[in-house]
Amino acid sequence: MNAQATAPLAADLTFDLADQPLRDLNAALHKAGVETNARRWHVLNPNGRHAVAVGINAPLEIEIAGHVGYYCAGMNQQARVTIQGNAGVGVAENMMGGFVHVKGDASQAAGATAHGGMLLIDGNAGARCGISMKGVDIIVKGSIGHMSAFMGQAGSLIVFGDAGDALGDSLYEAKLFVRGAVKSLGADCIEKDMRDEHKALLAEKLAAAGLAGTVDVSEFKRYGSARRLYNFHIDNVDAY
Amino acid sequence: MTAHNNVPRTLPRFSSTFDPHTLAEIRRAAATGIYDIRGGGTKRKLPHFDDLLFLGASVSRYPLEGYREKCGTDVVLGTRFAKKPIHLRTPVTIAGMSFGALSANAKEALGRGATAMGTSTTTGDGGMTPEERKSSQTLVYQYLPSRYGMNPDDLRKADAIEIVIGQGAKPGGGGMLLGQKITERVAGMRTLPAGIDQRSACRHPDWTGPDDLEIKIEELRELTDWEKPIYVKVGASRPYYDISLAVKSGADVVVLDGMQGGTAATQDVFIEHVGLPILAAIRPAVQALQDLGMHRKVQLIVSGGIRNGADVAKALALGADAVAIGTAALVALGDNDPVHEAEYEALGTTAGAYDDWHEGKDPAGITTQDPVLSARLDPVKAGRRLANYLGVLTLEAQTIARACGKSHLHNLEPEDLVALTIEAAAMAGVPLAGTEWIPGKGGTY
Repeated sequence: MNAQATAPLAADLTFDLADQPLRDLNAALHKAGVETNARRWHVLNPNGRHAVAVGINAPLEIEIAGHVGYYCAGMNQQARVTIQGNAGVGVAENMMGGFVHVKGDASQAAGATAHGGMLLIDGNAGARCGISMKGVDIIVKGSIGHMSAFMGQAGSLIVFGDAGDALGDSLYEAKLFVRGAVKSLGADCIEKDMRDEHKALLAEKLAAAGLAGTVDVSEFKRYGSARRLYNFHIDNVDAY
Repeated sequence: MTAHNNVPRTLPRFSSTFDPHTLAEIRRAAATGIYDIRGGGTKRKLPHFDDLLFLGASVSRYPLEGYREKCGTDVVLGTRFAKKPIHLRTPVTIAGMSFGALSANAKEALGRGATAMGTSTTTGDGGMTPEERKSSQTLVYQYLPSRYGMNPDDLRKADAIEIVIGQGAKPGGGGMLLGQKITERVAGMRTLPAGIDQRSACRHPDWTGPDDLEIKIEELRELTDWEKPIYVKVGASRPYYDISLAVKSGADVVVLDGMQGGTAATQDVFIEHVGLPILAAIRPAVQALQDLGMHRKVQLIVSGGIRNGADVAKALALGADAVAIGTAALVALGDNDPVHEAEYEALGTTAGAYDDWHEGKDPAGITTQDPVLSARLDPVKAGRRLANYLGVLTLEAQTIARACGKSHLHNLEPEDLVALTIEAAAMAGVPLAGTEWIPGKGGTY
């Protein structure tokens, strides 16, 4: 393993994808905790590679110095992963726990089907952000694209900017908070009252992401499922 | 010539187009305003393996001695990329069926039966239960569009991963599990409210198309350190192209499911009118593998209407490496058994025709989440029945292979077969019996 230590993170281990195979990086991350005490990892030259730092089940801190391709930090369980750039499709897909921070923008399906943990995106996220989310908390400081939170089952999607068309289509029990404009709502998604308990929940999620006090929670609107499509009824056929 | 009543009269005649079943469906639709939902695969008569015959050995080829000369049955799946391919004693595997659609006892019985015969069983929509992992020596973990219950711990526990693009009963359709079967446990595994009608997505949420599939496969390999064989399952619709693209995307194994393959619950119109019979799908799939130089390197599992050892042998002769059974496995466990006839009649049906699996009232305790009904199925006894059945399938296939002079089931070949009908000859690419005519030969897919 490349032992060079470089800024900005004083890493215990540095892994340069320009010289070393991705397969070795992921295998080493999977063994971390068993074969090494290194807790801070610095990944250089990702250059848009797919499947960087996937399936990590150890409390590691991983900083990726650049842009990544599809599925970065997929199925993450415990790691804290920071991407110093943009992320491709499906960043933190099916995440179970931990914290994934995209410093740039994220492409489509960010946080797709994720069961837990937190995904923080400093920039914008593309279409289908939080699609089929199952318990993850996703915070997007910019705006999100169309069909976001489609079939969202649980967790919260918090958007500082705007949302595209068909937000929350066929939504189950995921909670959506949007500060800006929503272009349109999807089938069975409605605006709901933003009561104190929801403001408290929103504040709690922001604090967990280190964003306490950065925005006024009363500026957000809440969206959720009307639960009209939970059991099929012929009178709702136009909604299907 | 005396009485008018001696004049012959026209008998009441049903229309072939508007037959009694069709008329009843029109009335049912008019009364309810909703399509019919049911379980199982297509019920229509289709060209099938019954339309093929084997040419036994004679003067030009000599047979193997039954019981004395060995006829191998084993198969290795996942030899292309996986570090840990799976080795099965019989090429008859158990198809994906979910806990939720099936009771926990039924899933355990499938695992027990498959394990006793040295073959694999497969999870379904809704995740992996501890019972089925424990009872299954070799367990294939399905990766479905819904991702219900999907988690990396179970992924690592699996022996292989099957990416489900579609299934034969409903190529292009998503899953469906109605509220009656969404108990607290099923709901918990799927992160859904109990009692709702669950409709799974028909497309994967984080990729579209074959280029993305290649990246998804890479991710799953990276997640599991390239250990597990990765299958791609498709419903039979455009097999030449779908199999080509699955291979191009990096699959170790491709699974091809014909329209006779069952589903837990789908619209009857979907089951009966979308997709191909398995007989029509195998040869294009094999041709795709051969054109890519990947036949026997990427293994092909076919399913949909496999019932006996002859079907197994015919599927293998057409080029498959293994088969999967679903409906037949459930029947072996006890599904649709006439012993429950009185209860089937009370449900408005009869043994052998019961297909309202989505209602969760299965008297056999298989397609239900009702604890009282589920308790009727003894997983040990049912598992033994399945093992017996799997054993018979294997013995029957061996019997045919030996008669054709083959020392391994995989040595069966299309040249061992003829067809009884022009349709079957064209679909299977084998000559019409008594002729050298293969209709459609030389055409392209």
